[in-house]
Amino acid sequence: MNALRRLGASLLAPVIAVVVAMIITSLVISLSGSSAGDFWSVIFSRPVDRAIVNIVNQTSLIYISALAAAIGFRMNLFNIGVEGQYTLASYAAATLAGAALFPGLLNVVLPLLLAVLVGAIWAGIAGLLKVTRGVSEVISTIMLNAIAITLVGYLLNKYGVHVGNGVRSTVIPESSRLDGWTFFEASDGPVWTLATLALLLGVGFWVLLNKTRFGFDLRATGMSQSAAVASGVNVNKMVVVSMLLSGAIAGLIWMPSFFGAAHSYGTAFQAGLGFTGIAVALLGRNQPVGIIFGAVLFAFLNEQSNRLTLETDISVNVVQITQGTIVLAVVVAYEVVRRYRTKLEQRTVAEELAGQRQPAPSERATT
Amino acid sequence: MRRSTKIAAVLAAAILALAGCAKEETTDSSDSGGAGLDCDSASGDGPKVGLAYDVGGQGDNSFNDAAAAGMAKAVDELGATCTEGEAQDDEPESAREDRLRQMADGGYNPIVAVGFAYSESVNAVAPDYPETSFAVVDGFDPDEEPNDNVAYLGFAENEGSYLVGVAAALKTETDHIGFVGGVNNDLIQKFEAGYVAGAEAVNPDITVDVKYIEESDLSGFGDPAGGKAAATGMYDNGADVVYHAAGASGSGVFDAAVDAGEGTWAIGVDSDQYLTASAEQKPHILTSMLKRVDTATFDMVSSVADGEPLTSYQTYDLAHDGVGYSTSGGFIDDITDEIDEYAEKIKSGEIKVPTAP
Repeated sequence: MNALRRLGASLLAPVIAVVVAMIITSLVISLSGSSAGDFWSVIFSRPVDRAIVNIVNQTSLIYISALAAAIGFRMNLFNIGVEGQYTLASYAAATLAGAALFPGLLNVVLPLLLAVLVGAIWAGIAGLLKVTRGVSEVISTIMLNAIAITLVGYLLNKYGVHVGNGVRSTVIPESSRLDGWTFFEASDGPVWTLATLALLLGVGFWVLLNKTRFGFDLRATGMSQSAAVASGVNVNKMVVVSMLLSGAIAGLIWMPSFFGAAHSYGTAFQAGLGFTGIAVALLGRNQPVGIIFGAVLFAFLNEQSNRLTLETDISVNVVQITQGTIVLAVVVAYEVVRRYRTKLEQRTVAEELAGQRQPAPSERATT
Repeated sequence: MRRSTKIAAVLAAAILALAGCAKEETTDSSDSGGAGLDCDSASGDGPKVGLAYDVGGQGDNSFNDAAAAGMAKAVDELGATCTEGEAQDDEPESAREDRLRQMADGGYNPIVAVGFAYSESVNAVAPDYPETSFAVVDGFDPDEEPNDNVAYLGFAENEGSYLVGVAAALKTETDHIGFVGGVNNDLIQKFEAGYVAGAEAVNPDITVDVKYIEESDLSGFGDPAGGKAAATGMYDNGADVVYHAAGASGSGVFDAAVDAGEGTWAIGVDSDQYLTASAEQKPHILTSMLKRVDTATFDMVSSVADGEPLTSYQTYDLAHDGVGYSTSGGFIDDITDEIDEYAEKIKSGEIKVPTAP
């Protein structure tokens, strides 16, 4: 009974959040003079085959990004630098793969390792600054984002291949491409091979956090730093290692798309995933399974929004309002549900205590 | 844990929601004015046109609106009908492809993609729809295989910029002018190169300050505060004319000119920005470099209506009225003769305008 109630309570929060977000979005659309009904009928219509493929692919990218953010969150570290870490890592990996120094699959594996390394180093800078100089990782990662994006722009302009009005890294050879599996027509595109990276990382994340000493230390530090110190956890080491891990995962964010479709770093590079990941990590409560739902939801909304301007007069940007309110509402709803649950527990405990005390006749007389 | 989660949530929600809000406002305002294109009410029997905008869409007072204006003309004169799609910030490449495919599947022909960011996606989609004509404004063919059904509508921005550079050099009293670019890429460097060359043609000793708002991040085209900071630095430094090629960031450059006071000028870009500027800004907008995206869009539609769709590279240069300068406000009426002399020399080939600084 109690367990059932608890499960109901944990499902309650996301459901409330989605409903609140739908109401607010509908209000915004009505206020701007369009029909909210049109909006929802487009969003909730069945995606075409092509869109399903895109949703799966995008989910994998968003999921990896959310994992990168979540590993820091679990330790109370707010790594906003995922954006810069994966931008720099993607550029580095694309450049190495484009140079085609190695044959076949080796030209995939080594760039992937480089992406992991670059992401980790860039995040590690923020970790080191925090433990040696006490710089808040929020500030340092925001600044490192700006540096990474500017640096990549400079390097790309200087060493990239200029084609027409665009510039990109060298296109990788055919032998290093990992297109993936085509489930529908060829024109619907493939589900990228490296989308499976998301699954692997998700499982790895769960094992690391729940089945290892490191994971225990990390969660302990996140819940109470002083308690962790008292039980012998080296907090400084944990900060640096978690930042390195977070950055390492971040380095892989764009890799499925790079080897699957883009084949070079240029206009096809998808920016902004680092920030989407933060929102999705929150939505999924930093749990590997919860994040899946968040990632699917965001990928689904983004993909469906593309039809808005074609089929209705509603701006695509309305979807950003929906996403923003979902995140905000989820956090509020969880807090409300948590308080409700605490109250419930308190009442149960009180009832039990009262039950124990019942035999005392003098007390019964007074009440 | 809990507190940082809350901060994170508020930040994340703010980023997402505010980004949405900001964009909402601009799209709302487009309903009332903008380029005056209303696809819903178009009902002719001319070509069915799919118009895929870049980020900002109709209502950006600049690049996208120019395409919409060309489309509006096609609706009036050719009986064309249309549908519009709009890019989102940071969207994946697949979203651009998807937008084009939806239009092609819907029977739209031609499909005009506004902005060079569509080059790769058009290249991927066009071979699957051989009967449909595509056009990419500012576009290019990213690979070796030519596409028979794609037109790349390019502009000689350097030539138009040369002319406003001449205007700036003739109007400056401090022999010191400036250039603010949105993003430091090849396309915007073309504007800079022409502008500097034009100014130096009038006065070889002129000082030209050059600043780009962003090195590679496309947000440089939507950052009025960044534009204002860059231009304010130049005015403080003694420059009295600043030309911007920074899209929506340009309104910040105009504001900087207003703050710098009497006798300071700013030069607009892409469309005649005097017409869309605020009353405060108007006295400071010397001229605008016109990039006739409207002409190119109209040409594309009309070529399809005639049964001979444009293909391959099309260059809209000074000789073809693809670029030019505006005279609204009447601030350069006294020097148009001189500017036109330079224009003639460019048209005749006597002056070769550089494309890179």
